[in-house]
Amino acid sequence: MAQEHAAQIHGEHEDTTTGLNHRKMLMWAFLGSDCMFFGALIATYLVYQGKSLAGPMPVDVFDIPVTSVSTFVLLMSSMSMVLAYAALTKNNLKGFRIWMISTAIMGATFIGFQVYEFSSFAHHHVDINCSSPGELTDYEQHIFDEGCSNGEAHAESHEGLKPQTNLFGTTFYTLTGFHGAHVTLGIVWLLSLLLLSFKKGMITPEKNLDVDLAALYWHFVDVVWIVIFTVVYLFGVFPGF
Amino acid sequence: MDSGERKLMQLNKIPKTVFLLSIALFALLITGCYPDHNQSTFDPRGPVAAEQLEVFWWILIGGFIVFVLVEAALIYAIFKFRVKNESDIPVQTHGNHTLEIIWTAIPAVLLIILMVPTIQTLFYMYEAPKTTKPEHTLEAIGHQWWFEFRYPDPSNPEKEIVTANEVYIPVGYPVAINLESVDVIHSFWVPKLAGKTDMVPSEGNFMWFEADEPGEYYGQCAEYCGTSHANMKFKVVAVPENEFNAWLLAQSNPAMESSDPLVKEGAGVFKSAGCTGCHATKTIVNKGSKGRVGPNLAHVASRRDLAAGMMRNANENGSLNDALLQENLRIWIEDPEQVKPGNLMSKGAQVYTDPDKKLTEEQISQLVHYLSSLK
Amino acid sequence: MSTFPISIPRPVHPTGVWGWITTIDHKRIGILYGITAFIMFISGGIEATLMRIQLAGPELDIVSAAVYNQLFTMHGTTMIFLAIMPLSAAFFNFVIPLQIGARDVAFPRLNAFSYWTFLGGALMLKLSWIGGATDAGWFGYAPLTSVAQNPGTGIDFWIISLQVLGVASLAASFNFIVTIINMRAPGMTMMRLPLFTWMSFITAILLVLAFPVITVALIELTFDRYFMFNFFNVANGGSVVLWQHLFWVFGHPEVYILILPAMGIVSEVLPVFAKKPLFGYKTVVLAGAIIAFMGWMVWSHHMFTVGLGAVANAVFTVTTMLIAVPTGIKVFNWIGTIWGGSIRFTTPMLYSLGFIAMFLLGGISGVMHAVSAHDAQQQDTYFVPAHIHYVLFGGAIMAILSGIFYWFPKYSGKMYSEKQGKISFWLIMLGQNVTFFPMHFVGLDGMPRRIYTYVEGMGWEFWNGVATGGVFILIIGFLLVIDNIGRNWRNGKPAPADPWDARTLEWSIASPPPEYNFEEIPVVRSLDDWWATKQGGAHKEIPASGGSGDEGHGIHLPQPSYWPMVTAIGLFIAAYGVVFNDLIVPWGIAAIGLVIGFVGVYAWSFEPVNDPEEDSTH
Repeated sequence: MAQEHAAQIHGEHEDTTTGLNHRKMLMWAFLGSDCMFFGALIATYLVYQGKSLAGPMPVDVFDIPVTSVSTFVLLMSSMSMVLAYAALTKNNLKGFRIWMISTAIMGATFIGFQVYEFSSFAHHHVDINCSSPGELTDYEQHIFDEGCSNGEAHAESHEGLKPQTNLFGTTFYTLTGFHGAHVTLGIVWLLSLLLLSFKKGMITPEKNLDVDLAALYWHFVDVVWIVIFTVVYLFGVFPGF
Repeated sequence: MDSGERKLMQLNKIPKTVFLLSIALFALLITGCYPDHNQSTFDPRGPVAAEQLEVFWWILIGGFIVFVLVEAALIYAIFKFRVKNESDIPVQTHGNHTLEIIWTAIPAVLLIILMVPTIQTLFYMYEAPKTTKPEHTLEAIGHQWWFEFRYPDPSNPEKEIVTANEVYIPVGYPVAINLESVDVIHSFWVPKLAGKTDMVPSEGNFMWFEADEPGEYYGQCAEYCGTSHANMKFKVVAVPENEFNAWLLAQSNPAMESSDPLVKEGAGVFKSAGCTGCHATKTIVNKGSKGRVGPNLAHVASRRDLAAGMMRNANENGSLNDALLQENLRIWIEDPEQVKPGNLMSKGAQVYTDPDKKLTEEQISQLVHYLSSLK
Repeated sequence: MSTFPISIPRPVHPTGVWGWITTIDHKRIGILYGITAFIMFISGGIEATLMRIQLAGPELDIVSAAVYNQLFTMHGTTMIFLAIMPLSAAFFNFVIPLQIGARDVAFPRLNAFSYWTFLGGALMLKLSWIGGATDAGWFGYAPLTSVAQNPGTGIDFWIISLQVLGVASLAASFNFIVTIINMRAPGMTMMRLPLFTWMSFITAILLVLAFPVITVALIELTFDRYFMFNFFNVANGGSVVLWQHLFWVFGHPEVYILILPAMGIVSEVLPVFAKKPLFGYKTVVLAGAIIAFMGWMVWSHHMFTVGLGAVANAVFTVTTMLIAVPTGIKVFNWIGTIWGGSIRFTTPMLYSLGFIAMFLLGGISGVMHAVSAHDAQQQDTYFVPAHIHYVLFGGAIMAILSGIFYWFPKYSGKMYSEKQGKISFWLIMLGQNVTFFPMHFVGLDGMPRRIYTYVEGMGWEFWNGVATGGVFILIIGFLLVIDNIGRNWRNGKPAPADPWDARTLEWSIASPPPEYNFEEIPVVRSLDDWWATKQGGAHKEIPASGGSGDEGHGIHLPQPSYWPMVTAIGLFIAAYGVVFNDLIVPWGIAAIGLVIGFVGVYAWSFEPVNDPEEDSTH
């Protein structure tokens, strides 16, 4: 009997020692490695949390409701991915395509939110009424102290938050940027599979491994975001969290 | 069994041979220690280095015994069990749990015993003992590739006294040293007084040591810090307390002015050639102020070395030698790059970068005279 | 199956150079890895020789300070990433599938990709000598690597080539993990795996988990250098110590990535030439796993002088000392293996015995470092190079030499000269002790490491002179090794299938093995199955010589492919494009490289493992 290489095998029964597919195992090993990748980035973020010498700080720029919405969209995309896979195994190719498109769109929406977020952080500006400043964050207080000392009506800053601005900017953009890059790669992958599904026999209820792997990756990227959202956003804005 | 008894008899002879051999080997090993060398770690002259050496003796002797026993077992096995008959097949033993447990437990116990003095010394290194004597602190700041030292000014708590590359300490006092760096990571190391501690930019470090007897102790940067890492040295000069106080007083004042006209002209060149941009000639600065780019030269002629321990200006007995100093100064000023590759002065000072502003022979002579007057 | 619409014909049974370029045969890739890494080892050796000549006496001026600093940086990086790791990878490639009874690795094309990517990264690093190589040390401590301190491209080449090498190592490790878990012959349970395969498996897991950490550290450094981020910028609050943590969280597992395969090789060679099974197989496996696990808890022992505080140093003292226990177990078990055996002193056996003797010394000086109170005296002196050379030369390189000779009949199909092998062993044994032992002395005598010169009167002249002399003994030894291998590979006596009366499956097939390895996938019934088979009297017929293809056997192997190499070339171009990002069009070259890489990946993933026309009997 010919030695079969599992790369060709897409069925349920694999001719491997463990019965698990080679590629699936490779995917798990890769995800383990990727965990360490994000682990190191998150560790860097945490080490530098609160160590920035100048603002803006997380409390100045984060808009938790907006990010919650994009987080929700990304979580829903995971569900949509599950439905796509389920549709495929039930031989519902049309349903599979619809759910794949919806997953990709939700992923793209998340990226859209991220682009918006990055640009609004980069152009973050502060305008403080010197006569009635209200409640100020440390960063705003700093602008107030600098700008309102000579009796001006307004104190302004258009510095914004760029990666070069402070440690928060450096670590925030790097961590979330790499997550965004993972999501983007995932979208390209999903769309490739979608195109492939129009070619006869490439993706079938039996040959679902390609979709299975993409789904695994997609769920992983989602889980990473939950960690990032908690550690970066929630911890950043609610110190007692 | 006959052969078994013979084997036992052979085994009895082994310990003696191993013992004698290992004594010889250890003696050979000891020849590698040179207490008389300038940076030997086997010649502690202060309590910190002495404590550190003590734990090292523990591990050296312990390690040596382990080494001899294991290598002896290995060599014994190699000779004993070499092939006698190609077709022989030895007993296929797969292991022995009792043995394996024993040789797991013994090293573990030995190591745990070793941890005790190690950790004790570790904590000892981190906190200077509290004494009733007045406290001595100083600050050491790493630069590429020289050391800046600052003492609190005894007459004004807001001020500090700055010097470079030669640091005086009073004998018999624990000296607390705060370590800093202005550029990259350096490491502060005086082997005869204490092990090293890194000078990490913006993250201050602390160490302490004490000299038991007067003397000049060699120090060297131990963390790779760029091109001239090899050329970053300093000296710790331990002197009796009264001498130390006198030295500190002398340091806090500018050098005595000389009436030599060459010196006066040299002082002019020192200003006009831009030396003052990086080198200070007064020693009192505000506490915590940022230091100059180059070493403080207020008393450069009182130091026994030039260019961070690279050139010796002193006789064998340690007394200053003016002729040597002038010769060294001339070599240094003529082409610092030749002496210390990559140094900031030859890269940044106009007299070296701009051919039009190159120092003339005459100017160099004047500078040498001026600098050698700064006692 | 439809193919990707790029109409380059698939290579079909290419011969000659093309056969090697498009090969996805694990044995050929193993040989490519081995030869490339050995050349890199020689280049690192030349760098070391220059350094030793410079230090032969006080105030010599053979090389300048700047060149010397590049030499030790490149020497360290080369030996670790371009020599020892890929030499281990050469054995992984060649040996693992044979030991587990497989016809290839799980992902043959990914394997080819790993090699070509490694080659690209290696060339990139070595070519950086043109125009100034990195001089910040192989550990690249911040802020020496900052643009302010190091504006040249040397550091950029170092960063980017390490990233490329990381891709190669990760791809290879994924491949071996899957291969070892999933491609074992029937009956080959995990606890019947040959020790070398076991240690390789642990190494691959370590690598998969450790490499991302250095990847992140290097990315952070890249962003600092290219886009003025603040990761290691002290002026904006960055911490240079963070780099050290990230580096050593990778760096210490890396030490075990270097030494575990070596331990695996020794654990293969000793039983074969003592004619006894490995003493305490399970313990040795477990000790390896414990070393790998504890390897994550000791990284700060590289940072005892950084000022982490007495408590942190005490904790890392404890963990570091404890990691000596499983290492000790291995040494004792090896001695237990030869104890009561019938030892044949072949060249590989000599190297393995030499490994134990030398590695023990390195282990003991390692415990001396762990005595953190005195480590303050040892740190950054020549005592440390003495230690690491006893571990990495006396350890890893000796074991690799053992492996080179042990498997020589298998990969070359020829026998080497035993006499020459033994002479070279004794020369290398002598040479390394003459070179590296005096470093203990000068280290404790206060000589810092990484200094390009020292003045007269420090008392370091004599032993430095001796150490330099030792290098020349080593050089003669290695010339003999190269001659022995090179000459006999071409003209040696043909090797029988099982010249050593060995114990593992790779010796049950012809030397060199046919492309398909096993005509029939073996069924494994015990540890050291091949030995058991022979002892059971069931002598199997071994085909006299290796076949050259799948003709007549009905065994279908995956076909050669261009795409792994194309992808690797794309990555190589992209890497250069990152370093020279302002050439012609900003980031243009990098983009071209990425496009080539993507085309490669796409073509690769749409290329069936076997073309349908070729696969008619399937």
